[in-house]
Amino acid sequence: MLEIKNLHARIAEDGTEIIRGLNLTVKAGEVAAIMGPNGSGKSTLSYILAGRDDYEVTEGDILYNGESILELDPSERAAKGIFLAFQYPVEIPGVATMQFLKVAMNEQRKARGEEELKTPEFIKLVKEAAATLQINPDMLKRPLNVGFSGGEKKRAEILQMKLLGPQLCVLDETDSGLDIDALKIVSDGVNALRSPDRAVVVITHYQRLLEHIVPDSVHVLYNGRVIKSGDKDLALDLEANGYAGIIEAAA
Amino acid sequence: MNIQTKPPHTAAEKAILDSFAEVMGQLPGDAPVTAARDKLVSAISNDGLPTRRLESWHYTDLRNLLRDVPGQASGAAQQVDPLVRGSLVLPLVQGQSADISVPDGLELSSYMELLASGEAASRLVARGADDLIGRLNGAFVMDGYSFSVAADQAIEEIIEIQSTQSGGQVHNRFAAGFGAKATATVVDRHLGDKGQSGLSSAVTTLDLADGADVTWIILQGCGEADQRLAQLNARLGADAKLKLFVINAGGKLVRQELHVEAAGEGAHLDLRCVNLLAGDSHTDVTLTLGHNVPNTTSSEIVRNVVLNRARGVFQGQIRVAQVAQKTDAQMACNTLLLSDDGEFSAKPELEIFADDVICAHGATVIDIDHNHLFYLMARGISEKTARGLLVNGFVDELIDELENEDLVEALETLIEQWLADHG
Repeated sequence: MLEIKNLHARIAEDGTEIIRGLNLTVKAGEVAAIMGPNGSGKSTLSYILAGRDDYEVTEGDILYNGESILELDPSERAAKGIFLAFQYPVEIPGVATMQFLKVAMNEQRKARGEEELKTPEFIKLVKEAAATLQINPDMLKRPLNVGFSGGEKKRAEILQMKLLGPQLCVLDETDSGLDIDALKIVSDGVNALRSPDRAVVVITHYQRLLEHIVPDSVHVLYNGRVIKSGDKDLALDLEANGYAGIIEAAA
Repeated sequence: MNIQTKPPHTAAEKAILDSFAEVMGQLPGDAPVTAARDKLVSAISNDGLPTRRLESWHYTDLRNLLRDVPGQASGAAQQVDPLVRGSLVLPLVQGQSADISVPDGLELSSYMELLASGEAASRLVARGADDLIGRLNGAFVMDGYSFSVAADQAIEEIIEIQSTQSGGQVHNRFAAGFGAKATATVVDRHLGDKGQSGLSSAVTTLDLADGADVTWIILQGCGEADQRLAQLNARLGADAKLKLFVINAGGKLVRQELHVEAAGEGAHLDLRCVNLLAGDSHTDVTLTLGHNVPNTTSSEIVRNVVLNRARGVFQGQIRVAQVAQKTDAQMACNTLLLSDDGEFSAKPELEIFADDVICAHGATVIDIDHNHLFYLMARGISEKTARGLLVNGFVDELIDELENEDLVEALETLIEQWLADHG
């Protein structure tokens, strides 16, 4: 489903190279975890997948279902089924959460040539999804993410993911800022979306999240490249021994 | 001997004077009213239209900007549906009032009656030598409404003053009195006609007795060739609360003056102003606010969306009298500049004579927030739609402060429509 080939990318503004020859393949149905020390390029990778124009791809390609997505803007990628759950969801005062959800769902439907949702149908979908994530309906009456706690913001991201039903989910440090109960709710939300035709890329610092969302593969990112790949035991090894050994071995 | 030569009258000044000569015979009022009108017109004749040399008109050089003064002839204006269904509509079709029956607790008369009653002459005075709007309106005023809400009355339905104009000249005056602890919501709406170029003026006087709680919404929907000169004067008694909303969404040349006096302890003003500016227009909102006694508070937020070659002005003057200790005044002016050719001038002016006060002001000019745009687009929302949502959100944040949900919805729909038409 996702094939990243020899990807090189830099910050558009100052030319700093962040991703330096990254290769990664994630198949449909797979949950891939990406781990790595601070500054290894994890968040940058998630932004590049989503199409943020602060980064320039200088070499290589990203294939999604066999097609390059480099020329697509973020909204076109999202309409094709790529979803990024933000590490820091932004607060947008003045934009009502429900209005945002409705516009997002209908724009994606429109882009795919599907019919728009009618209001009662939409409200029903949101209510059901919110209930499974233990989201208080009052939260949805507020402007988008405004005044949400860290945990509420992350739950709201998973709610959006659930409603938009993407094929490729990229979770950028979704565990940061979550307490144990919230971590469980969010993980359950993600696990419920696991399916043979959907892939999930989980970016995280800690093994803790991977106890809840058990990955099929684990990849260590360092200096903008994947330096080691393995199964879920690799995450346990990292938890016990840190990154130093792997980094040394790769050098 | 010094001989001061006055510049010759401009075409617009001449047209105003000619216009007065033409209509003076038909204007309502007794002898003192007529004398007051004459005095105002000769002041216009002497001083001419204000120029940028007058401090209060520095950013709106009216002598240059007011170019064509239409004759009295006009198209056919028509009453429209109120902004919120079920409102009590006080219509002014081409400036003319109608006979309306009103609920208990509300007293209403037309301004034409008031002008004829012998009590009006004292009202037809200008605020000062720079008060062109007061002069012009006082000289030409034909009609309008005067109403008062009895003490302790809560008027449930929204009162909508609905002025519809199709070209020509319209000069209206409004006086609204709110008794002690009275509450009311008033929509003060002026609509122009797309295809016509009209000139209108309005002077509104609000008097809030102690503890009155009033929401007053000025909704300016002039046609794109209209010229609008409006002034609101409000006096707030002790513990009175005025929530003043101004939405400018039209016009070629617009000046809206707001003069508020916090005259009783505990008085509070909230000003929320949304300026939607497009085309080749010039829109000026000028506030003077007097904190005249101790313990009064105010908060002013102005949000501007500037498109095309539009120009906007906000002048915000806050005066704190020496006795007005514990004043708390917060003023902000935020502009979303969406065009390289548009401009917005913000002039805050604080005159503080008391020493134990909090007064703050700030002005920002911004573009669409890149992070916000990316977030929305990452959810599949096209760039155009995402930008629209963000521009809407920028101004809707102020509208959301209104308590009446029907009103919020109606105003947000109106703003959305304006942005869709002009964006």
